[in-house]
Amino acid sequence: MVFVSGALISFFWTPYNIETLAIPQRLQTPTAAHWLGTDQLGRDIVSMIMMGARTSIAVALLAVGIGIGLGVPLGLIAAARRGSMLDEAIMRGNDLIFAFPSLVIAILITAVFGAGATNAIIAIGIFNIPVFARVTRGAALSFWSRDFILAARVAGKSPARISIEHILPNIANLLIVQSTIQFSLGILAEAALSYIGLGAQPPTASWGRMLADAQTLASIAPHVALVPGLAIVFTVLGLNLMGDGLRDLLDPRIRVART
Amino acid sequence: MIRYMIGRVTSLCLSLVVASLVIFTVVEIVPGDPAAYMLGVNARPDTIAALRTELGLDLPTVQRYFAWISGLVQGDFGISYTYRTPVAQMVADRIAVSLPLALLALAITVAIAFPAGIYAASHRGRAGDLGVMGATQLGIAVPNFWFAMILVLIFAIKLRWVSAGGFPGWNAGVLKGLTALILPAIALALPQAAILTRVMRSSLLDMLNEDFIRTARAKGLSKRQALWRHAVRNALIPVLTIIGLQFSFLLAGGIVIEQVFFLPGMGRLIFQAISSRDLIVVESVVMLLVASVIGVNFAVDLAYAAVDPRLRTRS
Repeated sequence: MVFVSGALISFFWTPYNIETLAIPQRLQTPTAAHWLGTDQLGRDIVSMIMMGARTSIAVALLAVGIGIGLGVPLGLIAAARRGSMLDEAIMRGNDLIFAFPSLVIAILITAVFGAGATNAIIAIGIFNIPVFARVTRGAALSFWSRDFILAARVAGKSPARISIEHILPNIANLLIVQSTIQFSLGILAEAALSYIGLGAQPPTASWGRMLADAQTLASIAPHVALVPGLAIVFTVLGLNLMGDGLRDLLDPRIRVART
Repeated sequence: MIRYMIGRVTSLCLSLVVASLVIFTVVEIVPGDPAAYMLGVNARPDTIAALRTELGLDLPTVQRYFAWISGLVQGDFGISYTYRTPVAQMVADRIAVSLPLALLALAITVAIAFPAGIYAASHRGRAGDLGVMGATQLGIAVPNFWFAMILVLIFAIKLRWVSAGGFPGWNAGVLKGLTALILPAIALALPQAAILTRVMRSSLLDMLNEDFIRTARAKGLSKRQALWRHAVRNALIPVLTIIGLQFSFLLAGGIVIEQVFFLPGMGRLIFQAISSRDLIVVESVVMLLVASVIGVNFAVDLAYAAVDPRLRTRS
C-alpha cells in the first residue's frame, strides 16, 4: 500500500525533481533533507523510489491487463465449447506458450523491437495469457454442469451470454486472486528486464534500473543498492500475502473450515 | 504406453517447430533490413548489399527458414557476424559455464528444500513450520539478481572470501572454477529453493493424511519411521516433476545472474550478440535455449509417466 500510494502521489508531487542532477550532493547517506540519501547523480532516492514504483506498478498492471483481456475470453470460450476442436486448439496453444522460457522470449522481444516499458509490458503480458486462460477454463468448467446454468440454457440464453452473465461473476474471485499473483510476478519480471537494460529507459526511473546503476557503487554506498531491492521485496511480499489473504477471504470452503 | 509416447513426441516436435517459427518470425520482422540493422546507421549501401548476399538474405523467406533449421539440426549454427567464428564453437565454450552453474544451483536448491520441506511438514502448525513458511515467502519475493548483489557485497567485498565476478576457466582447476560459480549458484537457487520447499511440504502433508500411513502406524511403526519409510518416498513423485521444470528455469534464468557476476555463459553471449546486433547468434542461441527447456520438460513428462501409470492411461 505504501508503494502504491507513493506511486500515486508521484504524479503530482515528489520531494525532489528526479530530472535535476546535483552532482556535488551525490551518494549522500540518509539525512534529514534526503531521507534515504542520494544516488550517484545526486538525485533524491525517495523521489526515485516513488517514480520507480509508478513504472513497476504500471508495467505489471498493464501486463496483467493483457493476460485478463485475452486469457479470460479464451478460457471462457474453451469452457463453453469444451471437448471441441476449438477448446483443444486453445489449450494446446497455452501449453506451447508455457513451454517457452519466458525470460528468454522477453529478452528476444525487447532486443528486437527495442528496449522500453511498452515492449516490456507486451513481453510480460504474453506469458500472462495462458495462465488466465487455464484458470478461467478450469473454474468455468465446474459451473457448466450446475443446475442454474442448465436453467439459463433452457431459458434460451446463448453460451456467450451465459458465460458473461452467469459464469464470469462466479469465477471473478478466483481471477482476482490470480491477478495479485501475476501482478507480483510482473513486478519481479519488470525489475529483471530493467536491470539488464531492456525495460524502461532513462530518464524514466525504475527499480531494476536503479539496481543496475547501483551495482558498481555498492561497496562505497551500500544504501543505493539496498533501498530499491527492499522496495521490490516489500512490494512483492505484500502482494503475495494479499493474494493469500484474498484467497482465504473469498473462498467459502476455507472460510468454513476455519470457523 | 506407446500411444502416450507417440502423443508426447508429436507434441515435442510441434513445440520445437512452433518455437523455431516464432523466433525466426520475430527476428524476421525486425523493423527494416537485418543487414542494415546489423551494420548500423552509417553503413554504405554496397556494404549492406554485400552482407545481404553473405547472409543469404536475398533468398526467399521460406528457403532461408529451412536452411536455418537444417543447419541447426546438423549442428551448424551459422557464422557469427561480429566474431567471424562458428556460433556452434562459441556456444560450446559458453555451455561449459552455464550448464555447471545450473547443475550446482539445482544441487543447492535440493539440499535446502528437502530438509526444510520435510521439517516443516513433520512440524505442521508449530513454530518451526511457521518459520520455514515465512522464510519461503521471503525467498519468493527476493529478486535473485538483487540477492546476488548482496552476496557479492558481503562475501566478496567485505569478507573477501571469493572474487566478485568473472570466471577463471576450467583450465585453472576444477576447484577454482567451482569457487567462481558458488555465489551465482546460491543466488540462482534461493527463489527456487523457496518454491521447492513449499511443494515438498504440501506433497508430504498430503501423504501423511493417506490411509497407508495410518496402516503403517497401526503396524507399530513410529511416527518417524512411517514418515521416512513411506511418506517421504511417495511424496517425492510430484517433487521430482517440479525439480525437472526448475532445472529448465535455472538454465534460462542464469541469463540475469551471469550479468551480475560477469560470467562468460550463454546469457552474456546473448547480450553481447544483442548489443553488437549479431542477429545470427541471437537467433540460434535463443533457439538452443528454448529447445533445451522444451527437451527437459519432455524428459520430465516421460519420467513422470514411467513412475505414475495413471498418467499414461489418462492420455
